[in-house]
Amino acid sequence: MTAHIGTATSRVDGRAKVTGAAKYAAEFTAPDLAFGVVVSATIPKGRIVSIDAGRACAVEGVIDVLTHANRIRMADKDEAYRDEVAPEDGAPYRPLYDDRVHFNFQPVALVVAEDEDTARFAATLVDIRYHTEEFATDLHARREQAFKVDKPVKPRGDATKALSGASVRHDADYGVPIEYHNPMELYGSTVLWREGGKLVVYDKTQGVQNVQRYVCGVFELKEGDVQVMSPFVGGAFGSGLRPQYQVVLAAMAALKLKRAVRVVLSRAQMYGLCYRPATIERLALGAREDGTLAALTHEAIAMTSQHEAFSRNDIGWGEVLYASANSRATHRLAKLDVPTPGDMRAPGAASGVYGLECAMDELAVALKMDPLALRLRCYSDRDQDKDLPFSSKRLKECYQQGADAFGWSKRSPKPRSMRDGRELVGWGMASGAWEAMQMPFATRIVMTANGHVEVASATSDIGTGTYTIMAQVAAEMLGVPLDSITVKLGDSTLPKAPVEGGSWTAASISHAIVNAADDIRAELLKIAFTMQDSPLQGLSAEEVTLADGAVMAIADRSRSVPMADIMRHGGMDRIEKERGSEFENDDQHAHNTHSAIFAEVKVDEELGVIRVTRIVSAVAAGRILNTKTAASQIMGGVVMGVGMALHEEATIDHRFGRIMNANVAEYHMPVNADIHDIRVIFVDEEDRIINKMGIKGVGEIGIVGVPAAIANAVYHATGKRVRDLPITLDKLLG
Amino acid sequence: MSPSRESAAPLTKPAPLSVTLRINGESRTLSVAPWTTLLDLLRNHLDLTGTKKGCDHGQCGACTVLIDGRRALSCLTLAVMKDGAEITTIEGLAKGDELHPLQQAFIDHDAFQCGYCTPGQICSAAGLIAEGKAKTREEIRELMSGNICRCGAYPNIVGAIEQAMGGGR
Repeated sequence: MTAHIGTATSRVDGRAKVTGAAKYAAEFTAPDLAFGVVVSATIPKGRIVSIDAGRACAVEGVIDVLTHANRIRMADKDEAYRDEVAPEDGAPYRPLYDDRVHFNFQPVALVVAEDEDTARFAATLVDIRYHTEEFATDLHARREQAFKVDKPVKPRGDATKALSGASVRHDADYGVPIEYHNPMELYGSTVLWREGGKLVVYDKTQGVQNVQRYVCGVFELKEGDVQVMSPFVGGAFGSGLRPQYQVVLAAMAALKLKRAVRVVLSRAQMYGLCYRPATIERLALGAREDGTLAALTHEAIAMTSQHEAFSRNDIGWGEVLYASANSRATHRLAKLDVPTPGDMRAPGAASGVYGLECAMDELAVALKMDPLALRLRCYSDRDQDKDLPFSSKRLKECYQQGADAFGWSKRSPKPRSMRDGRELVGWGMASGAWEAMQMPFATRIVMTANGHVEVASATSDIGTGTYTIMAQVAAEMLGVPLDSITVKLGDSTLPKAPVEGGSWTAASISHAIVNAADDIRAELLKIAFTMQDSPLQGLSAEEVTLADGAVMAIADRSRSVPMADIMRHGGMDRIEKERGSEFENDDQHAHNTHSAIFAEVKVDEELGVIRVTRIVSAVAAGRILNTKTAASQIMGGVVMGVGMALHEEATIDHRFGRIMNANVAEYHMPVNADIHDIRVIFVDEEDRIINKMGIKGVGEIGIVGVPAAIANAVYHATGKRVRDLPITLDKLLG
Repeated sequence: MSPSRESAAPLTKPAPLSVTLRINGESRTLSVAPWTTLLDLLRNHLDLTGTKKGCDHGQCGACTVLIDGRRALSCLTLAVMKDGAEITTIEGLAKGDELHPLQQAFIDHDAFQCGYCTPGQICSAAGLIAEGKAKTREEIRELMSGNICRCGAYPNIVGAIEQAMGGGR
């Protein structure tokens, strides 16, 4: 039998991706395809007074200019626009609905033409006049107006009293700026119009069924009238969880013009989509002389839009990582005239743990303790807030294996005490945590008598490797070779799946596949045991296995019957089974992934240039389905964490309420030369509680803690603490 | 209020020009507007969508192709400027079913995740190898820094290029 689960299997969609055969949303076409180019608002708040599309319409090849004034009918209730990821509180933005401008870069017109160049040119000719209203875009200026949001984290003890009585205290604000996902693929949708007004939508999304329901709701269409597909997604990182406005505009144009329409946003327009909200993470820690925590308070102040209250769990991570008798955590939101923020890789945790883990480092300095020793001193075996043990938490092994691989014991504690030529060397570390979630997924497996297996679910592969793990799990459970399996996903007509997010897909889809495969196995065994002259006669279900395309006795593998023979004997040319993931609700444990990150930086003392020369990330995330693609997930998280620490920041000119660096040259992201050695370690973690297969998911955990480890290393190198990300050389030298 | 349409006289677009390119070994003659980029020509006129658009401003590298054997950004190249040129895109690298060594190395090293920057990375790497300047990992990193990979596969990209350089056919 070939083992597939847990191996370093190359991506099954790899060939399509390296040959250019993989088709992304804006690459599907039709003979009647028209091209739409969006005209974006240039003010952050106000009203459209007039739109003069005369010059645009006069361009040869322009078909129509769609605006709020000539749009087709759209739903008038908020519920229609509230997709499965939308905040519960608020009124979702309605693209091209009326003359209100809610944020800069909001779409205000769509120029549709016979070809893309013409549409792009004509879009520059649309003359729009606005009435601008007073606006606010600066979180720091609105900090005092921020309102408290309800969070499940409960206060414990008396944190204020414990803080004031603590022998060592640390209290500081840590700043995270606005960050953009910037997936490499531009947001785009190709909508094909079918007779009778049915739509086939190719969309860049992390959830085809979410978009399907949304488009049906917005345009009041019947469920069967809209099919949404997204076979390949050129990165998303959370930006494709909610339907983005280009799908509304493309669908609207297709419905109005009764032909196929493609709308692709420009890179600049993608800065009018969602983003990681800027936050102020206020941490206060109080410790006893021995380093144990007496009090931990965390107040997050984050930005949101005027129309929706978006927030994630910045707070509460201290409850997962460290023991403290007294704690208090609050989350506040400041409403600004901006698009609603959204989920970006490890939403909440990436920002909150940055603050927490820098504060722990500063506390270690104040205590004159090794930062790793402090983490171990404060280690908690229970989720403090839920007051529950963990289903598994091998964080101590992460610390140990990470520290050993990094060589942490050779660290000289004093800042500025390590050097490599003209560069100061700094070593820093941090802990990370994320939730191990699972969701109801369904999958359908079809096994045909020729040995082919199709596994299908309406989930997504945004680069995470879903195609590959689905094939691996099916191959292992059904005992067939990997290359006899076809995986279908990214199609709203397939069995039910939620958006791909939160790191829940691997665990959820795997269990749905195992359940459906069990049903297929049962069907095969029923026949196999009763076949005349079957070598399996007399055996029980527990005594046989599916391997090498056959049902065989575990004790004597020569006793076997090919599955094709079994199906032929049963008169079946296919067996089709659909099942859900079917998780039991476990409210007796907390479920998390954990990590320890060790970073080395080298800082040019005169120029302030920082290089992250080494990172070791040790991760405990349950059973790893594919060591190759999972390591890539962690590595990708680390790289994005380097960006968060040193590069990334969308800068708003608050006089105009507009982002000044809405492009990928001035919004800095790590490039190849910025990334040096990254070592990923998966700590063995067998979790028999969380789910049958012990899977936790790895999409988010890779980034959590990385910015703090780097910030702490920069402090160790230079003796200077920069608390507002990104740590750029001007802040270091200033 | 409907958008006004009356304010201007008809605008004519510039007259199309004829351009002949040899794309992946096949000669193609097209009539395109002078403002049409090589990238849009490949994607919109020839349905060669393997070459990707990530920024359209020469900032991300996703549109990298080989023009007369040298790597170039097709989004910053007007098609009519390259009349008579030899263009190689990602679709032209494999020999039938046999992958180019870089394509195989990218799969082996998991040098991509979402796959969107991958055609540009591979074409850029082919250009880099042909230039012959990069000898060390450090030099590969530096000379591959015009191609952004947001999934963060950089160390694996470097590993894949090393493999292709070492065992290249």
